[in-house]
Amino acid sequence: MNIELRGITKRFGAVLANDAISLAVPPAAIQGILGENGAGKSTLMKVFSGFIQPDSGQILFDGEPIHVASPADAIRLGIGMLHQDPLDFPPFQVIDDFLLGRPGGLIPDRKRALREFRDLSARFDFSLSPEARVASLTVGERQQLEILRLLWLGAKVLILDEPTTGISQAQKEKLFAALRKLAAGGMTVFFVSHKLEDVRALCGRAAVLRQGALVGEMDAPFDDGRLVRMMFGKEVPLAEKTRSSPGKKVLTVKTGAIDSLRLRVKDVNLEVRAGETIGIAGMEGSGQDLFLRACGGLVEPAGGQFCLDEDERPMNGSTYHDYMRSGVTYLPAARLEKGLVPGLSLSEHYALAEKPRGVFIDRAAAAIRSAERIATYNIKGRPDSAVESLSGGNQQRALLSLLPKEASLILVEHPTRGLDIESTIYIWGKLKERCASGTAILFISSDLDEILQYSDKVLVFFAGSVSPPIAAESLNVRRLGELIGGIGWETLKEADRA
Amino acid sequence: MRDAKSTRLIFGAGSVVLALALTTAIIALTGNDPIAAYFNIAQGAVGSPNVAANVVVSWVPLLLVVSGVLFTFTVGLWNIGIEGQITLGAIFATWAMRLLQDSAMAPGWIIAAAVAAGILGGVLWALLAGALKTFGGVNEIFGGLGLNFVATALNLWLIFGPWKRPGVASMSGTLPFAEKLWMPTLSQQSRLAPVPLGLALAAIAIAFMLLKGTYFGLRLKAVGKNPTSAYRLGIPTWQHMMLSFALCGAFAGIAGAVQVTSVYHRLIPSISSGYGYTGLMVAMLVNFSPAAAAPVALFFAALNVGAIQLPIVLKLDSSLAGVIQGFLVLFVLVGNGVRTRLLARRKGAL
Repeated sequence: MNIELRGITKRFGAVLANDAISLAVPPAAIQGILGENGAGKSTLMKVFSGFIQPDSGQILFDGEPIHVASPADAIRLGIGMLHQDPLDFPPFQVIDDFLLGRPGGLIPDRKRALREFRDLSARFDFSLSPEARVASLTVGERQQLEILRLLWLGAKVLILDEPTTGISQAQKEKLFAALRKLAAGGMTVFFVSHKLEDVRALCGRAAVLRQGALVGEMDAPFDDGRLVRMMFGKEVPLAEKTRSSPGKKVLTVKTGAIDSLRLRVKDVNLEVRAGETIGIAGMEGSGQDLFLRACGGLVEPAGGQFCLDEDERPMNGSTYHDYMRSGVTYLPAARLEKGLVPGLSLSEHYALAEKPRGVFIDRAAAAIRSAERIATYNIKGRPDSAVESLSGGNQQRALLSLLPKEASLILVEHPTRGLDIESTIYIWGKLKERCASGTAILFISSDLDEILQYSDKVLVFFAGSVSPPIAAESLNVRRLGELIGGIGWETLKEADRA
Repeated sequence: MRDAKSTRLIFGAGSVVLALALTTAIIALTGNDPIAAYFNIAQGAVGSPNVAANVVVSWVPLLLVVSGVLFTFTVGLWNIGIEGQITLGAIFATWAMRLLQDSAMAPGWIIAAAVAAGILGGVLWALLAGALKTFGGVNEIFGGLGLNFVATALNLWLIFGPWKRPGVASMSGTLPFAEKLWMPTLSQQSRLAPVPLGLALAAIAIAFMLLKGTYFGLRLKAVGKNPTSAYRLGIPTWQHMMLSFALCGAFAGIAGAVQVTSVYHRLIPSISSGYGYTGLMVAMLVNFSPAAAAPVALFFAALNVGAIQLPIVLKLDSSLAGVIQGFLVLFVLVGNGVRTRLLARRKGAL
């Protein structure tokens, strides 16, 4: 099927999110849609899948104009959209989630659905248990479920919005294999991403959006430099890799253990020294998130010793606020849920974070301080801007700007998840500035390049087991990817150790 | 932003018009003249210095209650238990009066002790709801509702049991206190007592100042909007919840003590008079803004007092005031909901 988007225009208030975008895609293609955050990719795909109506423009299938009035309409027309956060029902069983949305029939035919679910899973080599709860799946598995569901509903066009965010390397490879198979079978795939490497690995053609306009198209093989220039208007070089000289002990973990309902993490031994950056890699749900939280008192350790500072002051049983008083800060990945307070302005956040003396708020002084921080951290917003009105990158900058001046250890979940290259470089620049002045950083990430680029040492988690700290120089993406997948652990010799 | 302000005004005005239209329709359906009914309410509220004083008397506990629930709403809690907190305030105040009424203490000091005891009662009852929430995982709405029933039962038991009138217990309450123990009024004829009015005005001023101008108020707001993030920003979360419960209970306790010392001069079964629920309505209607709370509370008090004459003059029930209030709150809330949805849709998902 030939698909054509013709002159799609969508305006939100003063912002022109899509400016007369026209794009023709031949049958059986994997079309990459590239662009940084806020370029208009999501808007375009939401118009295509019926979530929002364009101000003007048309969608044509084989030259015939179609009208997509709602997401239900879209799936009837064979357009299936996989959202960045899969739209599923965590308390449901996989098979019930799969069945949901199937039109017609008062009583669902579970037997038939089960059979077809198994056939479809087998075709794409997905190993999902139909009886499992959706809540127990990883993001990658939830994507697989959603893809199967959309295919079962008769999708002929599949749209994926940033699907490689938050999934493991192995899951990504599986996803790409499935998409290639689908395209080979005549399906059209729209792959929305700001990750060049993913587009390069998967797509046969790419269209680049910038500030709401289509700035260029290219067929594989891609010229990376040109794509970057199209996305950003200039090339952004990665910062020079720097190595730190470690100082005094900041955090010491001895035979640390953490229990959760699904997992037992045990025997973690780690020493973090001032100025160091330690990256924690692992498939989502391998226990690294629990461990990071335990290092800040947000999760109660089940055993071992968690100590702070050179004199190894034991902290087991302490709360996060105790850790904070010792200079430990936690930066969550869920920025608006666990870091910022929606409804409060930037200036109010600074007032809260500073714990100033006195009872009454000095609004004038607060406004001046806020303006300073906003300028220092290059946040696109005003002191009275509500935090939820900021873009993801600016929310992350705001979180960074809230860090206390004297932090000894910063714990970070996915420092740059969902951010574009420019924001990523900026955020890490700010974090590394902290390291230079003696702050240690412990972070988890599912982006292997990020881990290798910015860490001094790497800790790998696999199903609750933890590697000793490995020097980042001795690793590459392939080796790290294998370790995360549980391969090559027996050869983790002394040579690898830092 | 200007856009949002103008739509807010339009929706606000629309809600009031709708509430009035529906009330008018209901009065007309009962075969009465709506204009006459409204005129009657206005007459009953401001027609004479006497009724106007009654409006102020009714404004005092309402204002105290609203000042209190502003704290609990700000920290994200639904303090339905406010009715029970008023009742406990009244019970504690009565208790103090009973203990001290025959002592040699000056009447002024006895009344002051009763108000202090009222504060203690309200705070204890509020902290109980808070503790159930914080340490027992009981939602404050269910906990508060349960404690309201307990408070009512306790009140009735006292009136019909240990504190019953000599001879026969009565629904009209305990034996009235001696006149020297009544909160002093402006004049012999007036029911208006300056001290409770001063307390109520101080309460709303304190609420305004704490919530709008202090770091404490900002922390309460942060906890109310997102407790997880607030905790991560270093704010002791449950402590702030307990503190706002205690503040709310203190104001409710004063309201209960005022009902005993200044309005009824005894403990009666329905001592809280529904001021707790009305106070919650006022707070919702003004969208938890302390500045708007005082005039709106005054308006609600005027409606309540103005409607008292309705049954006599027009054979309409005085609960018409409640109907108007209910419609107002309902339509303003619905209007807010619709407005937010419209704005969200216009913004779309960028």
